[in-house]
Amino acid sequence: MSVPDATEIPRMGFFTDTSVCIGCKACEVACKEWNGVPEDGLVWTGHSHDNSQGLSADTWRHVAFIEQRATVGHHQPNLQRTGASDGDTDQAFRWLMASDVCKHCTHAACLDVCPTGAIFRSEFGTVVVQADVCNGCGYCVPACPYGVIDKRPDDGRVFKCTLCYDRLQVGQEPACAKACPTDSIQFGVLDDLRERATLRVERLHADGVTEARLYGHDPSDGVGGDGAFFLLLDEPEVYGLPPAPVVTTADLPAMWRHSALAAAGLLLIGLLSAAGARR
Amino acid sequence: MSEPQGSHGVGQTGRQDQGQGDRSYYGRPVLNPPVWEEREIAGYLFTGGLAGASSILAAAADAGGAAGLVRPARLCASAAISVSFVALIKDLGRPERFLNMLRVFKPTSPMSVGTWILSAYAPLNFAASASTLTGRAPRAGAVAGAGAGLLGSAVATYTAVLVADTAVPTWHEAHRELPFLFAGSAASAAGGFGLLAAARAENGPARTMAVLGAVGELAAMRTLRQRLGPLAETLDTGPAGRRLRAAERLSVAGVIGAALLGRRSRVAAALAGGALMSASALTRFGIFAAGMASAEDPHWTVDLQRARIAAAATAAQPSPAPNPASPAPVRSA
Amino acid sequence: MPERRLITSWPLLRQLRGEDPSGRGAAVRSAGTDAIRARTVEADRVVKSVCPYCAVGCAQNVFVKDGRVVQVEGDPDAPHSRGRLCPKGSATLQLTTGSAREQYVLYRRPYGSDWERLDLETAMDMVADRIVDSRRRGWEWEVDSVRTRRCMSIAALGGATLDNEENYLIKKLLTALGVIQVENQARVCHSSTVVGLGTSFGRGASSTLPADLQHSDLIVLEGSNMAEAHPVAFQWVMEAKARGATVVHVDPHYSRTSALADVFVPIRAGSDIAFLGGIINYVIANELDFREYVLAYTNAPTIVGEEFQDVGADGVFSGFDPETGAYDPSSWQYEGAFVAAASGQRDQEGNLAPLDSERSANASEGGRGDPTLDLTLTHPRCVWQILKRHYAEYTPEMVERTCGIPQDLFLTVCRLFVENSGRERTAAFVHGVGWTQHTIGSQYIRAASILQLLLGNMGRPGGGVMAMRGHASIQGSSDIPTLFDTLPGYIPMPHAHAHGDLDAFVSGDAAKRGFWGNMRAYMVSLLKAWYGATATAENDFCFDYLPRLTGSHSTYDTVMEQLAGRIEGYLLLGQNPAVGSANSRMQRFGMANCKWLVVRDFSLIESATWWKDGPEIASGEMRTEDIETEVFFFPAAAHTEKEGTFTNTQRMVQWHEKAIDPAADRRSDLWFIYHLGRRLRERLAGSADAADRPLLDLTWDYPLASGTNEPSAEAVLAEINGWNADGEMLSSYTELAADGSTASGCWIYCGAYADGVNQTARRTPGSEQNWTGSQWAWAWPANRRILYNRASADPEGRPWSERKALVWWDAAEGRWVGHDTPDFEADKPPSYRPPEGATGPAAIAGTDPFIMQADGRGWLYAPAGVGDGPLPVHYEPQDSPLPNRLHRRQRNPARQLYPHPNNRYHPDPGTPGSEVFPFAVTTYRLTEHFTAGGMSRWTPYLAELQPEFFCEVSPELAGERGLEHGGWATLVSARGVIEARVMVTDRMTPLRLGDRIVHTIGLPYHWGPNGYARGDSMNELSSMALDPSSHIQEVKALTVDIQPGRRPRGPARLALVQEYRTRAGITETTGMAR
Ligand SMILES: Nc1nc2c(c(=O)[nH]1)N[C@H]1C(S)=C(S)[C@@H](COP(=O)(O)OP(=O)(O)OC[C@H]3O[C@@H](n4cnc5c(=O)[nH]c(N)nc54)[C@H](O)[C@@H]3O)O[C@H]1N2
Ligand SMILES: Nc1nc2c(c(=O)[nH]1)N[C@H]1C(S)=C(S)[C@@H](COP(=O)(O)OP(=O)(O)OC[C@H]3O[C@@H](n4cnc5c(=O)[nH]c(N)nc54)[C@H](O)[C@@H]3O)O[C@H]1N2
Ligand code: SF4
Ligand code: SF4
Ligand code: SF4
Ligand code: SF4
Ligand code: SF4
Ligand SMILES: [Mo]
Repeated sequence: MSVPDATEIPRMGFFTDTSVCIGCKACEVACKEWNGVPEDGLVWTGHSHDNSQGLSADTWRHVAFIEQRATVGHHQPNLQRTGASDGDTDQAFRWLMASDVCKHCTHAACLDVCPTGAIFRSEFGTVVVQADVCNGCGYCVPACPYGVIDKRPDDGRVFKCTLCYDRLQVGQEPACAKACPTDSIQFGVLDDLRERATLRVERLHADGVTEARLYGHDPSDGVGGDGAFFLLLDEPEVYGLPPAPVVTTADLPAMWRHSALAAAGLLLIGLLSAAGARR
Repeated sequence: MSEPQGSHGVGQTGRQDQGQGDRSYYGRPVLNPPVWEEREIAGYLFTGGLAGASSILAAAADAGGAAGLVRPARLCASAAISVSFVALIKDLGRPERFLNMLRVFKPTSPMSVGTWILSAYAPLNFAASASTLTGRAPRAGAVAGAGAGLLGSAVATYTAVLVADTAVPTWHEAHRELPFLFAGSAASAAGGFGLLAAARAENGPARTMAVLGAVGELAAMRTLRQRLGPLAETLDTGPAGRRLRAAERLSVAGVIGAALLGRRSRVAAALAGGALMSASALTRFGIFAAGMASAEDPHWTVDLQRARIAAAATAAQPSPAPNPASPAPVRSA
Repeated sequence: MPERRLITSWPLLRQLRGEDPSGRGAAVRSAGTDAIRARTVEADRVVKSVCPYCAVGCAQNVFVKDGRVVQVEGDPDAPHSRGRLCPKGSATLQLTTGSAREQYVLYRRPYGSDWERLDLETAMDMVADRIVDSRRRGWEWEVDSVRTRRCMSIAALGGATLDNEENYLIKKLLTALGVIQVENQARVCHSSTVVGLGTSFGRGASSTLPADLQHSDLIVLEGSNMAEAHPVAFQWVMEAKARGATVVHVDPHYSRTSALADVFVPIRAGSDIAFLGGIINYVIANELDFREYVLAYTNAPTIVGEEFQDVGADGVFSGFDPETGAYDPSSWQYEGAFVAAASGQRDQEGNLAPLDSERSANASEGGRGDPTLDLTLTHPRCVWQILKRHYAEYTPEMVERTCGIPQDLFLTVCRLFVENSGRERTAAFVHGVGWTQHTIGSQYIRAASILQLLLGNMGRPGGGVMAMRGHASIQGSSDIPTLFDTLPGYIPMPHAHAHGDLDAFVSGDAAKRGFWGNMRAYMVSLLKAWYGATATAENDFCFDYLPRLTGSHSTYDTVMEQLAGRIEGYLLLGQNPAVGSANSRMQRFGMANCKWLVVRDFSLIESATWWKDGPEIASGEMRTEDIETEVFFFPAAAHTEKEGTFTNTQRMVQWHEKAIDPAADRRSDLWFIYHLGRRLRERLAGSADAADRPLLDLTWDYPLASGTNEPSAEAVLAEINGWNADGEMLSSYTELAADGSTASGCWIYCGAYADGVNQTARRTPGSEQNWTGSQWAWAWPANRRILYNRASADPEGRPWSERKALVWWDAAEGRWVGHDTPDFEADKPPSYRPPEGATGPAAIAGTDPFIMQADGRGWLYAPAGVGDGPLPVHYEPQDSPLPNRLHRRQRNPARQLYPHPNNRYHPDPGTPGSEVFPFAVTTYRLTEHFTAGGMSRWTPYLAELQPEFFCEVSPELAGERGLEHGGWATLVSARGVIEARVMVTDRMTPLRLGDRIVHTIGLPYHWGPNGYARGDSMNELSSMALDPSSHIQEVKALTVDIQPGRRPRGPARLALVQEYRTRAGITETTGMAR
């Protein structure tokens, strides 16, 4: 099969609208089934219904559950806090659920720093790890500002969402988006998704859900915008997302400059030392 | 059966916002902390620095005529770089694929750049060492040694870029000072080694390098702390704090020892040299630990970015995050 | 030259060649990447299938490569699921191809300590031998000198996970063997829905389909955790929300459904009739009903006989016998007419004390005489007035005190209902087992039905009562029942006392008017399907071959029979009672009292291994070496390994194709039951014993596939559909005849194979049809998707409003037309009035939308069919923290109880000892697990998502009892003790009921001690106490004590329960007052 001509393919991505997420985790399971991602342990966390904890080499979609004493839109929880234990009789309550995934950053740090070329940007504008190349140097792991990519200890290589590169090549939507019962995960041409997301936020605001906001949609943000962006109902950090991530390589020229200066300094010390031999 | 994870964000209930001043997701890190093994990678930061600066020291001794220092310094560089290779390969998840590093040359990847530097540096170094060991081709040995010395400066400092070019708050925020810290630390270690290895009469270059390096290291550390602001807490607490405090003390002692006694007493020189080498190693392990700590606690990531958003807002910039002068093109076409 | 290629493929060179200088794109692609092929396109075949988990019935595509299933995902063409799958459906590949499935037959010999391998054929022979032997011993020609012709020593359980064809053969074979104790999940799940909806509207199934909810203006989810239990169907609720509908969730625990609702209404478990009664009262008292609809389409104007007495302060209706704890419903009848119910306890009158002569005359003529109507609704005995008086006490204040719902919140819900009903708007109820599993469960459904009738929401788009059913084919296992009390198509099983012959049976059980008036045709066609040429008019079509009932033989009665030592053999065909059924301890003791046990399942579920590692082994109450029970484990084929139909929650019968043959000893249940029957017939061939005649005369020859000997499911489906004397496939139940010229294995499924075409395999994409999706598969009855849709038009046949048009009378065409298949005789004009003395369908007027009902009307008041009263009354659950504040009776006086040392009930609230179990408990599902866990606890991708059993408690209760989040809690009832991890969450709320605060503990019920993710089973706590009309157990509301820490091990476990029983002063009569 020939690789499609990259120039003709629009950039593809995800818009995850967490306001309609029912926390079912179909996305997690569908991803694991499609990609053969290993089951990774029976850990009961007590973190609401989240027992997958976060994105990792073995969890490429992760659904966050957040229980808060706060309001969202016109949602009426009507819970009757009697305050017997903590004195807090606040009846406000909301349960946020959100499915997280690799952001397929416009400026992807993982891709930038990978020394082997194991990570590449596909013809769909997505960021993909090539399992037959990765040597497990682990550099991409701390480079990612979102805590997405990770090393599978017993395998040695790193793994993350491929945005179902294999399925995209044959015109199929990613497994997670396909499964999602409520269309919380929407897959499509990134530009279209951005438009759709803007309308959705407007609609929610009109409906009184003033908390609604987009995250990662802005091409002028620190990573040049995410290929997978979100509609959130609270601050990003509440969902475990960085509020204003910046691709680390943005500072790379500065780093090289400083490093060159330091190297020069070191050579200077060398020169002085050589001179010191005469003393 | 496992206990619930992370007491940090979960109070008495499954609610995530309970008693949380700073907001996070159950106290879980925002970042995936580095998967690097401390022994290998912090160790490499040290041995790489030692190797690079030792090559410079060897070249300096060669140029300055401290012949007795050339041989140990070259051998030290070779040994250190060999250990480095072993450490680096060992830390790969798929060590058998280490050659994949040479598939590409990626200017955006300090590790790629470093690999190519090492690929040029190591043979030169080995050639120079071989020459000293065999006594053959001294001329070529000297040229190779000089080359290794030049490249050694890169070997000793690129590692700062390596760790700084991550999202790890302490490392990344330190990206300006870290090369100087690492350069100073490398010089201090190499000089320290020279003090250990060379005779009193011939340890002049080593002494100079040691003292200048250690002073540089101490000075860089000071500016670094200022730069980091609150984040400097990661340098002061936990294992990082212990290591860096010890490093500082040993550095000061080493500098004093080297400067005042290094020429007079072989024992004092050796002690000072040992102190400086230890200090250098502790600095690297300390920085490593500080970075890990900063990645593991979500509030560093969040606070930094919040502060940036606030700063951007006060500077009345329209976009919440600073616009990166990123070299990264959107996509390769 | 490979070296050359090696070099030119060096990414660095490609980089230098300049297409991708930074080395971040095409240049670095690897050979592996170039070789990637999605296995969906590499597959050899794509097989059309249906998700095997829940009743949403999501359509699946199964991808097969080299004889192996390589991927299972949603079928985007399906109008009901649109290609989506929840986590369970998404885990289907692992479920069916994972390593958790057993491959071989396992055998535990009597007193054996471990499994042994057994050859499949040998095992089949052994089971056949056991059946022959046990059947002889348990045979009963008569009871109290009335003919019963049955075998009481064998029982079967399971069916909701099976194909309709499998259930059909199971019921057929076991009935021919005389086995009546045949049950499946439908009993423990939604049997009360069948009674409630069936008596109210005529059919005991959901009136609508989830996709129609998108047209609702108000959706009230109550007793349903739809977002978790039916996630893919929930998309239609989200769709409605997006269109501006309001979504209300009424539930004792705040779930993922609540989070997505606009309004969450916390309610005390077990108090819904008070709540619904409150809304009914609000509507009636304020005359906010849809009056035209009520007058024309409901029995509001019908006058009830003088003998009827409402509950009053005493809490019982007329006709109650405190001795038997049962009602004689004869006093509930309409004035001047006798009507039989379309569902529920239709054999009531047969069981009753002799009726007065006039009534029995009426009865035997089955509803002669017209009900008297008062269209002014003023007659004091008209249903409207009775209803009004009956619910007058259900005030907002009473609702607050009983349900814990603040009055203003309650009134908000009332207003929402009224504002979203009427000509222009419709409201829908969505319910699940939060309503069904109560000792008064049938009446919960009745209460909702009453409300929907009053508000005119039945039969209209966006209206209805959407029963969210359970397993993949639980609707099918109700329709083609492996249930003791019904034959296929809801024909009642004959009763020993009443039904001597076919005539007596038909006149006793069938309504004379409406489509039940044709019951004889349905019954005769069934007998023809089963007994073929042997069934003739002369021999009453072999009616006598049918075994007879003598009361309740539900799965819980079977347990008591086991404990009494009367059951030798037990067949578990895809059910796990040791975890899923109430009081799992009783279940295990029952099984341990059987001589032999057959378990057919995927993995070694708890019901297969209790003799070796059950809780009683650990506590020392049972010793493996003392247990005689011989156990046969047969590995079952998965849905991908067989073909057949599932019937989903919207009555849609979907064909799933076979993808591959099952491996090793795995076999379909169709194979099992067919070859078991074949063996039995071989063994008994030539028997002169009249008891064996039914078996030997049974039609039992289905084409077998060569090689696998798998019987043809399509042939079974064809038999279910039925044929005429010429062997031509019938296309509708209206073609069925009472003279023996037609055969049909299930009259309501007649048409599923119309024109000799498997209609259930139709797969016209949703994009090519309207929202009802009527070209996708086939729905009973007659492919109608929204039932009673005649009611979407006014009596003259015009849509009540354009916005809510569904079907209407086209005078020009002389037909009913519209968006759905009319649930009405297509050419019967609105003006049609039945002639004097008309019977059957002809007695249904052109304005009567409820064509299964004897009077063509929706029943606000049920003069028959519901065992515990014609109107829902609030009673407290069997175990409740509160006294009944409405009247004198604490609990449903007619509930079924099973006194036994292992099934003790809690003291009455307010009496000494009641404080020992102070907290309310409710149980529910989690999205990530499935029922008793057989299909999720062994499936790692699901198990990891909810790895441990936990209890959910409010911060207030945690504070009160010192429970620590993340720690352990011990929960105790009079039946058992379990431990669970503690989840302290704001989602649980204490309820304020006047001066009382009630704490509720939430327990997901999926765990058990086997499998990959393990934990204690919730049902160790629950008791066997049943709803009398449907025999469903109460597991949705009970009481317990909770303490921090883990439960005792070993013998101390039982000792703790005993200590609690003593402390609460529990005796064999505790909680048994009627
Ligand atoms: N994920 C998943 N899906 C499933 C299943 C599963 O096990 N897991 N099982 C399938 C089966 S067999 C079935 S029957 C269906 C059941 O589907 P549901 O009926 O939705 O199942 P439950 O969660 O058991 O109960 C529904 C709700 O009733 C509430 N409830 C309990 N008591 C009361 C009460 O007294 N009044 C009211 N108003 N509410 C009450 C519970 O808190 C719960 O939220 O789901 C099917 N789908
Ligand atoms: N406390 C409490 N108890 C409850 C409920 C509750 O809400 N609370 N809900 C009740 C309800 S609604 C239900 S439906 C029951 C469910 O309880 P069960 O029906 O006992 O539970 P399942 O785990 O669904 O059992 C079905 C078994 O069939 C097997 N199976 C699947 N497919 C096939 C097949 O093709 N052939 C064969 N032979 N086996 C197959 C599965 O592996 C599984 O073990 O639990 C009831 N119990
Ligand atoms: S989110 Fe992380 S892993 Fe994903 S593309 Fe961006 S940097 Fe890479
Ligand atoms: S671990 Fe693999 S993907 Fe990540 S940077 Fe190293 S080689 Fe690249
Ligand atoms: S796009 Fe594919 S790989 Fe990525 S999360 Fe979704 S299913 Fe997994
Ligand atoms: S599949 Fe969709 S609805 Fe379900 S958890 Fe994932 S994003 Fe949310
Ligand atoms: S379990 Fe039910 S909702 Fe989930 S995919 Fe299967 S049929 Fe659909
Ligand atoms: Mo069920």
